[in-house]
Amino acid sequence: MHPDQHTHAHEADEVPHTHPEPGVDPHLPLPDAPRALRIGIGGPVGSGKTALVAALCRALGDELRLAVVTNDIYTTEDADFLKRNGVLPVERIRAVETGCCPHTAIRDDISANLDAVEDLEDALGPLDLVLVESGGDNLTATFSKGLIDQQIFVVDVAGGDKVPRKGGPGVTTADLLVINKTDLAPLVSADLSVMDRDAKARRGELPTVFLSLVEDRAATPVADWIRSLVAARVPAAR
Amino acid sequence: MSLATLLLLADGRLPSGGHAHSGGLEAQVSAGRVGDLDGLAGFLRGKLATSGLVAAAFAAAACHRTLGTSPPAHLARATPPAHPPRATPQPAHPARGDQTPPLYFVPDISDLDQGLDARTPSPALRKASRAQGRALLRAGRAMWAIPEIGREPHQPVALGVLARAAGLGPLEAAVAAAHGTVTGSASAGVRLLGLDPYAVHGLLARLAPDCDRVAASAAARAGDPVDELPAAGAPLLDIGAELHATWEVRLFAS
Repeated sequence: MHPDQHTHAHEADEVPHTHPEPGVDPHLPLPDAPRALRIGIGGPVGSGKTALVAALCRALGDELRLAVVTNDIYTTEDADFLKRNGVLPVERIRAVETGCCPHTAIRDDISANLDAVEDLEDALGPLDLVLVESGGDNLTATFSKGLIDQQIFVVDVAGGDKVPRKGGPGVTTADLLVINKTDLAPLVSADLSVMDRDAKARRGELPTVFLSLVEDRAATPVADWIRSLVAARVPAAR
Repeated sequence: MSLATLLLLADGRLPSGGHAHSGGLEAQVSAGRVGDLDGLAGFLRGKLATSGLVAAAFAAAACHRTLGTSPPAHLARATPPAHPPRATPQPAHPARGDQTPPLYFVPDISDLDQGLDARTPSPALRKASRAQGRALLRAGRAMWAIPEIGREPHQPVALGVLARAAGLGPLEAAVAAAHGTVTGSASAGVRLLGLDPYAVHGLLARLAPDCDRVAASAAARAGDPVDELPAAGAPLLDIGAELHATWEVRLFAS
């Protein structure tokens, strides 16, 4: 809102124009349906991001208008995996190429990802949820708030039970921390209670869930977390 | 003209999608034509003299075309004149960069866009240029009042229009285009070949006068009809880009 001060004189050669009433918001009201909720999914290489996305597509694909953007370090491997597995129609999946720098494409220069999200919305109409999967990176990779609304960070038990203690922006600031592959814990001598304790110490009130996609193919705790976000975002009618 | 604004526009950190592109270098590295600093120097010189010159000329031309249609003074929030014509200070109309509708008329510059299509035989390179033009427009809209010039203009056309919206002239637009042509590929060279970043910047410093020279010659022709603008081509860049687009595994989008 910017009340016009009208301290300048209008001259004859100016383009005719009007000034908004002082005290009246000149902007259009926000549309009833907000744009799709965008959730970023990041985490180290091999922690199970793509498998989690596939599970979420299976769990949520029938109840939400859903699309996915993948960011591969090279190739379109992750997008191809999702398409091959038929978890989502191919037109709902876009791959972004990131030029060696997956964290750049989700944090410093998000243009290619924003273009992909817009293209999906143009092609498919209004969406409820867009999942943006980061390329596998390191513990410092986080998403820009210009790209996503909420972010999930995925680490796996096989990466060592010290990962939550090591912290880093992904572990400490993600809106949801997923500790994946809990079925492997006995095989790699990882202590889940240590991971739980360290995650709580690092993350305070922010939630952490344990997951094994072998035992829970629908990624229930993560899908439920997303359902609650979508429900909070779109009040009542849909 | 604001030097700091020019630096902002030419900064590799501008979030305009450039980081995902090697400017054709990845294809040439893979083909074994570029493998060391000398090879990179030759590649950059060749690129500057061909696609760099064309990009500089079209950026300058797009800026020049937009130059004649200055925004109404009271709407020029981003480009205050160096010497205000009136004594009374004009209140800037604050406006949100991301939502601002086009504020002033721009002459049709679609012939420049088509001229670049004609000068870019490789469909993959045309796609890469338009993708980067779209990304550059997105960044520009957050910074200055950008007129409506279509969804996916070629990158040099977008650059020229941005330069004008930022209060810069055709020469500055051309310098930014020439500079971007060499620095983008040079940075990709550091990542692809593991070259010494200091040595690469030494090379860029030696190329800077050449960038200035190419930009000056491009800007001098900014008012020419599109068919008379430079049309230098580099067939290996086009061939390389087409092959590159078919690879299953690649680090860069182009």
